[in-house]
Amino acid sequence: MKNREYQQIDPQALATPPPDHTSRRLRRKWEVFPGKNRFCCDGRIIAARQSGVLPLTLALILLTSGLFFIFDCPYLVQNLTGCIPAIGGVLFVFVMVSLLQTSFTDPGILPRATPEEAADVEKQIDNPTGSSSSYRPPPRTKEVVINQQVVKLKYCFTCKIFRPPRTSHCSLCDNCVERFDHHCPWVGNCVGKRNYRFFYAFIVSLSFLTTFIFACATTHLALRSRGGNGLVIALQESPASALELVVCFFSVWSILGLSGFHTYLVAANLTTNEDIKGSWSGKSGGEDVGNPYSYNSIIKNCCSVLCGPMPPSLIDRRGFVPSDDSVQTSAVEIQLPAAKNDKNMCTQGTKGLLETASRSPLLTSSCPQAKPQAMPAVLETLPEIVPSPEPHPPKTTEGRQSTNTPHKHHSHHRSKAKQTTHHTHKTSNSSPRPYHSHSSRRKDSKNRDPKFSSLR
Amino acid sequence: MRPQLASLATKVFIQRDYRDSTICKFQTKFPTELYSRIEKSLFEETLKTLNCYYAEAEKIGGQSYLEGCLACATAYIIFLCMETRYEKILKKISMYIQEQNEKIYVPRGLLLTDPIERGMRVIEISIFEDSGSTSSCGSSPYSSTAQ
Repeated sequence: MKNREYQQIDPQALATPPPDHTSRRLRRKWEVFPGKNRFCCDGRIIAARQSGVLPLTLALILLTSGLFFIFDCPYLVQNLTGCIPAIGGVLFVFVMVSLLQTSFTDPGILPRATPEEAADVEKQIDNPTGSSSSYRPPPRTKEVVINQQVVKLKYCFTCKIFRPPRTSHCSLCDNCVERFDHHCPWVGNCVGKRNYRFFYAFIVSLSFLTTFIFACATTHLALRSRGGNGLVIALQESPASALELVVCFFSVWSILGLSGFHTYLVAANLTTNEDIKGSWSGKSGGEDVGNPYSYNSIIKNCCSVLCGPMPPSLIDRRGFVPSDDSVQTSAVEIQLPAAKNDKNMCTQGTKGLLETASRSPLLTSSCPQAKPQAMPAVLETLPEIVPSPEPHPPKTTEGRQSTNTPHKHHSHHRSKAKQTTHHTHKTSNSSPRPYHSHSSRRKDSKNRDPKFSSLR
Repeated sequence: MRPQLASLATKVFIQRDYRDSTICKFQTKFPTELYSRIEKSLFEETLKTLNCYYAEAEKIGGQSYLEGCLACATAYIIFLCMETRYEKILKKISMYIQEQNEKIYVPRGLLLTDPIERGMRVIEISIFEDSGSTSSCGSSPYSSTAQ
């Protein structure tokens, strides 16, 4: 008789289908991000959903610079100096890099509140009149004294947070942005705390570039029209220079004006938003108001705005969204220390607790299509401990690509800034996407989070 | 050790203190929910240390100027290549919070969540209640199957 080997089939294993990797693919947080943003390169690059006139900005800069390098540089190198294309090249690279960084860097978006946080804030807010479902409660504000100035912190109905000082909600991007300056359609992104220095570098370098190209084109035409040829003939010989002159002439005024305006803002430690609203200009009844954020020293203001520490991105774009299966409503077992004196037990219990907490998603839902999980805010449980480690994606560095738009920036973005400052808040119910918590810390290739790996 | 079931009872949120402008600083007021759980001095010590770490990260001084100027000179490309001082201090904060959890908070049935995971808005303290029942390990339905 043949000796056949049989394996007993586990009936419970049959009942539970094997994990299907395709259906349980872990999604990254950028895929469920509630704001109106666009992500590329698997979350490495962030931009506003509306790119505005960013393509136009890019096209104009590339076109003008291209014409300069192709048509003006050879003549000027021959007749003047070889430094001209070198200087132009450096300026051009600076402009492009800073533009791309402005456009594709997280401007300082504040993630939306977790449900528990929102509930906690709601508890603190008094609403004695009560409200029906259709009645929108009055705007909620909280006052705080900063440097002897009373500053009102407004409650954001969309993000469900009291906005920190200088934070504003951008209606185009549907995000609260820290130190919100303005939403710039020319770069296709908000300008805020994290990318203001890139934006400033962009407009200053662009001012230099447009001035430089304007000067070179003028010199080129002047040299050509020397010797009795006349300007008309010079223009006929080099029509590209004429085009550059036109573009640069109209750009230079607006860009130089904008650079000057932002230099003033930097020196006074103000944002465009605050300047337009007149928050600190003392317009209200002759009160002695001043900017509470200013260091009262131009140099210190400049240094703090442009050379201050670079804050990290608060939205964890490349982190993974915990799967719905890991959220359970029943109490799960974790190892709690039975006796506080037993250090070994404490460590084990801590590790279990920390592991569990590290995976605690506290999600309402992980995607717009998923049903929101109605968890009571108070009674909630932790997910089951899953032995397999969470994936550690490499560090996400935001792709910093900025594009610039040389045209009539000043007036346009002033009106844009007005729009953003006067936008109306959405009510919490109107937001179509449910928010989620950013509970798992992003992991990067530089191993920012050794603690969790060491817990295993 | 027989594992015990625990459930999350509530969460306490320590909000930001904006009285010193926009720097990252948390309120040190001792929440009432923690009165019976942890000594006030331990809690305040943790908060104070965290606030110091954040103040150090956001300090505008020689090192941050150097970093900023170097970044500007390289068209901010170095931010793609190197870890900023702020990020280094955030790592230190993570390690500190982990250590505090291991030594102080978890033995008392509490858990601190790193503020960076909440957008630096709040320090979330989870309060766990021991449900009191000690059941056998139920995590693996396969453990009792035949080989």
